[in-house]
Amino acid sequence: MSETPILELRGISKSFGAVQALYEVDFHVSAGEVMALVGDNGAGKSTLIKCVAGIYSVDSGEVVFEGQPVSIHGPKDAARLGIEVVYQDLALADNLDVVQNMFLGREEVGGLLRSLDELAMEKRANDTLASLSVTTISSVRQTVAGLSGGQRQSVAVAKAVMWNSRVVILDEPTAALGVAQTRQVLDLVKRLGEQGLAVVLVSHNLHDIFEVADSITVLRLGQNVAVYKRADVTQTQVVEAITAGKLSKVPGVSEEVIA
Amino acid sequence: MSATAPAPVEGGPGAPAAAAPGGESLGVYVNRWWAGVKAGDLGSLPIVVGLIIIAVVFQSQNSNFLTAGNFVNLIVQAAAITTIGMGIVFVLLLGEIDLSVGFVSAVAGVTMALLTLPDNSHVFAAAPTMVIVLMVGVSIGILHGLLITKVGIPSFVVTLAGLLGWNGVVLLLIGDRGTVIIQNSFFVGFANDFLPSGTAWILAIAGVALYAGMLFWQRAQRVRHGLATAPDAVLLLRVVGLAIAVFAVVYVCNQDRGIPYVLLMLAGVYILWTYVLNRTRFGRHIYAVGGNTEAARRAGINVDNIKIACFAICSMMAALGGIVLASRLRSVDTGAGGGSILLYAIAAPVIGGTSLFGGRGNVKSAVLGALVIASIDNGLGLLGLSAGTKFVITAGVLLLAVTVDSVARKGRASSGRA
Repeated sequence: MSETPILELRGISKSFGAVQALYEVDFHVSAGEVMALVGDNGAGKSTLIKCVAGIYSVDSGEVVFEGQPVSIHGPKDAARLGIEVVYQDLALADNLDVVQNMFLGREEVGGLLRSLDELAMEKRANDTLASLSVTTISSVRQTVAGLSGGQRQSVAVAKAVMWNSRVVILDEPTAALGVAQTRQVLDLVKRLGEQGLAVVLVSHNLHDIFEVADSITVLRLGQNVAVYKRADVTQTQVVEAITAGKLSKVPGVSEEVIA
Repeated sequence: MSATAPAPVEGGPGAPAAAAPGGESLGVYVNRWWAGVKAGDLGSLPIVVGLIIIAVVFQSQNSNFLTAGNFVNLIVQAAAITTIGMGIVFVLLLGEIDLSVGFVSAVAGVTMALLTLPDNSHVFAAAPTMVIVLMVGVSIGILHGLLITKVGIPSFVVTLAGLLGWNGVVLLLIGDRGTVIIQNSFFVGFANDFLPSGTAWILAIAGVALYAGMLFWQRAQRVRHGLATAPDAVLLLRVVGLAIAVFAVVYVCNQDRGIPYVLLMLAGVYILWTYVLNRTRFGRHIYAVGGNTEAARRAGINVDNIKIACFAICSMMAALGGIVLASRLRSVDTGAGGGSILLYAIAAPVIGGTSLFGGRGNVKSAVLGALVIASIDNGLGLLGLSAGTKFVITAGVLLLAVTVDSVARKGRASSGRA
């Protein structure tokens, strides 16, 4: 694990009208690190990842990628930097097969007529799944509709890492899964970290987090209240931070009162 | 893994890419196909069964049904619905609808007839007329598409307005003439002339040979890349099946007047649109938008442009269908584009298995569905039954087809193939 973070957010603030969703949040993740992002509902986890993904623009603050300040104005900017997000709903088209989903919007074409290069895509999809040791998908030519939740998650993750991505953000990847399938996905998350990707794991499930995460960032009411190394912390401490972490600013209360 | 995921056949889990040289065994392939059918993945099976039933029933009632002459009639009668239906496939794939195709086809027919009238100050030749008429179709489709995507009006409403509006345009264009007779020999011959029998054979053989070459070239490519292939026997069956079908059509037609030129046109557009849907990024994006619009948008696909293009293709194919219709009747009158044209053109792909909910379907469905509808229409006509009876029976077939699809969809859902 390298010490300089690949992705660093400094003092990110974002508000929707009167609602301050994020207030001067600092966040960082390094290559090879699995960083968990936890917090109660409404803590700002989704807003934060949407800012990184370029879906929201930040009001103030700085995004630093590999030491360089960058501005992310849309999903394409994020993709160009190598930041891929796997949303909770996975964004897979049920009527398309595994290969078609993995290459959706970035199909490879070849030949005079610029027709789809199915062979190259199928090969690369197979290779990517194999490199992630995804062994549960018997044929990449079956439609996604026929896959289980864990298999779908694997496809979505494979889709995200196929594009030389450096940072993969997983939004609640195990929320809808059973025990065995959660197992598959957590193993996959571990492997992503081992392959040198920076992984941001957004989750409610502390059990999952303590199993795979190297570090844990806790958000509460739009603020970063704690960053832990997993080895130095217990679940109780994390729960405490989630529910009662010390805020530098209480929404609706001026800063002098807290001080 | 879900209990019903297809059994891992090639090398099992852990070796997803392992392909046995020469492909899977035929038995495994057939078993998997049959498992798919049982799980509700019916493909073209019901429609083929339906066509056989139709042929048997009508032949038993009237021995003229299965004759060469009637077969040629059937092709010409089905041509317009097939053409318009192929366009409808594109909007159905998006989960949208186009109710205006009937009168858009009439607008095209009238435009063609008027442009080629010999008493005009400038008489247009066939080729520029064709281009202009198709462009009229494309423009109408783009107009519909812009209203649907940029203004946000549901396609049902936009094209419902189109149904009324383009009917009005037809009446305005025809004016007090009442009927416009087509006087251009190309457009009269479009649906009324026939290929010389030798030419038909040469084209048929060339087509089958091309298909065979393509299948085996693809297979060689897959083997070279170490990917799974279908068994050789299946490829051979496909080629032999196509050869039998094509040669039978050519042989039967040549017993009578021959292959109509319009069938050549149909084959051309069928290949074109099948290629577009299956082999281009654009086609892939159509399926993606129909399957999961949000996923398509997040993948960076310009959803609005895809929709506008599909409505443009739909109206263009309606225009082409309008030319076929006008050509067959050798004239256009104030009733053009009305009657059962619209409903038959939408029913054709639906009967053929294209879903009304988007994401599932193909160009073939329009061809098969149109064949069913035209057969019933033709057969009931031979029996001398009234238009009323025709409509009731065709409605029954449509309902039956959609019922089969719904039941099959439930089967797919319960076995995870939805």
